[in-house]
Amino acid sequence: MSGEEFVPLSLTPMLIGIFAAVACALPGNFLLLRRQALIGDAISHVVLPGIVFAFLMTGVIATWPMMLGAAGAAIVAVVMIEAIRRLGRIEPGAAMGVVFTTMFAGGVLLLEQSDTSAVHLDVEHALYGNLESLIWLDATGWSSLLDPEALRYLPTELPRMALTLLGVCLFTALFWRALKISTFDEGFARTMGIRTNLLGLGLVITAAVAAVAAFDAVGSIIVIAMFICPPAAARMMTNRLEAQIAWSVLFAVLSAVLGYVLAGFGPLWLGGGDAVSAAGMIATVSGVILAITARFGPCRGRSGVPATV
Amino acid sequence: MEIVKTQAQGDLSTDKAPEAKLAQSPLAIRGLTVSYGEKPAVFSVDMTVEPGQMTAIIGPNGAGKSTLLKAALGIVAPVSGRVTIFGRSLAEQRARIAYVPQRASVDWDFPTRVIDVVLMGLYRELGLLGWIKGAHRAKALDCLERVGMGDFATRQIGQLSGGQQQRVFLARALAQGADLYLLDEPFAGVDAATEKAIISVLKSLREAGKTVVVVHHDLATVAEYFDNVFLINTRRVAEGPVSEAFTEETLQAAYGGRLATSQIDKLAKA
Amino acid sequence: MLLDALLLQLGYNATLVAVGAALLGTSAGITGTFLFLRKRALVSDAVSHATLPGVCIAFLLMAFAGGDGRNLAGLLAGSAVSAGIGLWCMNWLTRNTRLAEDAAIGAVLSVFFGFGIVLLTVIQTLGVGRQAGLEGFLLGSTAGMLYSDAVVIAAGGAMTLALVLLTRRPMTLVAFDPEYAAARGLPVDRIDMLMMGLVMAVTVVGLKIVGLILIVALLIIPAVTARFWTERSEYVVLLAGLFGGVAAYLGAALSASAPNLPTGPLIVLVSFTLFLLSLVLAPNRGVLAAVLRHLRLQRRVHLRQGLLALAQGQAIYESLTLRLLQRAGLVRADGVPTASGKARAAKALRDERRWEVVRRDMAHEAAAALYDGLRDIETVLTQDQIQEIDRQIGGPREVLS
Repeated sequence: MSGEEFVPLSLTPMLIGIFAAVACALPGNFLLLRRQALIGDAISHVVLPGIVFAFLMTGVIATWPMMLGAAGAAIVAVVMIEAIRRLGRIEPGAAMGVVFTTMFAGGVLLLEQSDTSAVHLDVEHALYGNLESLIWLDATGWSSLLDPEALRYLPTELPRMALTLLGVCLFTALFWRALKISTFDEGFARTMGIRTNLLGLGLVITAAVAAVAAFDAVGSIIVIAMFICPPAAARMMTNRLEAQIAWSVLFAVLSAVLGYVLAGFGPLWLGGGDAVSAAGMIATVSGVILAITARFGPCRGRSGVPATV
Repeated sequence: MEIVKTQAQGDLSTDKAPEAKLAQSPLAIRGLTVSYGEKPAVFSVDMTVEPGQMTAIIGPNGAGKSTLLKAALGIVAPVSGRVTIFGRSLAEQRARIAYVPQRASVDWDFPTRVIDVVLMGLYRELGLLGWIKGAHRAKALDCLERVGMGDFATRQIGQLSGGQQQRVFLARALAQGADLYLLDEPFAGVDAATEKAIISVLKSLREAGKTVVVVHHDLATVAEYFDNVFLINTRRVAEGPVSEAFTEETLQAAYGGRLATSQIDKLAKA
Repeated sequence: MLLDALLLQLGYNATLVAVGAALLGTSAGITGTFLFLRKRALVSDAVSHATLPGVCIAFLLMAFAGGDGRNLAGLLAGSAVSAGIGLWCMNWLTRNTRLAEDAAIGAVLSVFFGFGIVLLTVIQTLGVGRQAGLEGFLLGSTAGMLYSDAVVIAAGGAMTLALVLLTRRPMTLVAFDPEYAAARGLPVDRIDMLMMGLVMAVTVVGLKIVGLILIVALLIIPAVTARFWTERSEYVVLLAGLFGGVAAYLGAALSASAPNLPTGPLIVLVSFTLFLLSLVLAPNRGVLAAVLRHLRLQRRVHLRQGLLALAQGQAIYESLTLRLLQRAGLVRADGVPTASGKARAAKALRDERRWEVVRRDMAHEAAAALYDGLRDIETVLTQDQIQEIDRQIGGPREVLS
């Protein structure tokens, strides 16, 4: 495909997809090892009430209030889950189930009760976003990447997602060692003076920020899939955390690129008409990658013994 | 960077003699009560660990041995009581304590190698961003050699036997270069070779002037391994040198009906 | 209007839906209890999300076969098949790889749901039939439901409830103690499968009412709520069924009483209200009770330790202890014990001595096990026994101060 078509129509959605996938996969590695994989699921469900609430407060569809509302809802959810888990002595899975379904239900009810028919705010959009629409119409080809005039009209999701990814990378790099120690052995980490509670909360908030930013661009279905599938597949490939992170990033990028391409061109190759949901396809591809590694990965068995095929 | 505080904590008490002892003790506990739910697991316990010696914490199952250790380390929060490490608060003295948790407390399927676990012991030295240099690796390897695990440095931790895992934990504690070592049941479910390796490392620590406190479950080896015992059954039952505190009477008091008299006779004489 | 709704006066369809919802809520509450007690609550989340591809494929098949793609029974059959496949994938992942169950749940949930979304867009682009109804499966919709659909839901609710009631005994056994159940000769694996089958049945029937995103709430919240009120398994099951049924019935009736009140979210919110009340107010496991208990425990510990310290002439380090002793009139403001303080301290120390004897004596083993530093010795021994102990330790002594 020529640059004239690729740059305006496919480059930006693809980059946004990649950034979103990697930003979710990085904290996902730690969540997976901490048996908190489903936090991503919970966060992505509560984003909807956060956005609806922000809309009702401000009365406009604007990005920043909505992202703040979503981030606020994610933090409220995490605190509620922790409170219910501790106060009610309930296992974390059930506490999560109680909180995210309730908040999601509240969001749907608010949405139905308020007059949002005039604006583009609906549940389906919240679930699977609209990656395909994030195109860069002012670009004419590869040269536009150097053209300040055209760059001014980049979809705002792109710099926002890039910034989020940068923040996630910074957090991971800065607290790398502390995260590793406290994930492996929390009691020991505490005796070393690591504030494990704060660090755990920091990790979840980082995940929430990644989820909210990604959600704004691509919908919550990618978010859940990218939190879990690439790290889980990476787990089958290696016994070292450093390598696991690298694999997970690779798988996330692969899912985003392949998913986007298949969604856009797959139907054409099959003789169909329009494209299908890119977000859904990215999640599907990540599942296929997980299935392949779960069947053939060198370290798929428990306790690190390389399994024989 | 640590600012030395000259002000003693004596203002809390008019009782001078115990305070002086408190300030020297590597681990001193006063009036500690810890409760999970409504039944205290440890009630109003005082403990004063002697410097440069090996002390065993013993008592029946559920007597609060591990709880006492975890409260001393700030891992569980007490209902009342205070803990001092070398006369100061725990937060000030973290660098001087090394803790070896129970083996079952972590997920051994974690993606990491033996040497990486030992390097975790250098966290305070390295800080958040410090780069791991050759010297750090050499130190970690040396600690592994000391527990007889030098050949296993690059193995994945899930591939080790239970005894080997326990030795890796001990190596991690050695890497911390602490003055006070607290071990939670290090001999539980390990092979004889590991037990021997661990005890010889602990004895070498004592020779270097370090203090070692071990939660221990095997009464038969207490006299052979340790200088002091601390008997606990929710409350402190006895504390002191093995010859004085590890007697038929104290064992009877700690274990009550749970230990046959003939067994106690044998142990106390051993 | 609301009263009409609660009394089932809003027409035949609304009545059928409310009754169906109540039946479904009851069976979901009971089924969810088994899941919750086995600590597998979120498995239901994977199952419910995994239904979406099945719904879509069933729609496509029925549409291509020339029928009405929206036939509810057909769609539900499709959803059951794909939920079954999702469940199998999840079990395979936890059994054959190093992934823990939560990761397997998340993987199945997101991938199946993502694939379902792909199929939904396929249906949209193909432009087959009246596809608009399919989105209703995401959030449930009972507004404008066909009479035949309402009948399917009411019948489905009744059938799942009957199934749950028939199998509750072996389920309870397995949920509480799988090893004991296995020792009793129960086929634990098969009962586990049956449990998942029930979860699938509840999910499938619930799709149209509450939608696949919120169906988990019906399975989890009532069980968690019931757990607050009782320690006995059979009551947890009963209460969960009751809470589930009440919440579903109230939610469905409320939603029929006014426009723009979607059924699923209302049921969930009613359910959560019950949960919140239980969390705070339940007599034993409730938060309020726990806070009061902890404060009381702290008070007792500090008082007791303070008295023992007074009796032995030791310094008291903690200000809370001193404050409590002062407030109880046991010490003066300068820290010197009062007359009653001395008496109480002497008694505390004496009881401690008595306990020492008790704990040393094999004859008192049962009583000794109750020692926790706080329990009054009079509550475990008779006066005669205490006198016997006192003879061993000698008469009372004056307290030094």
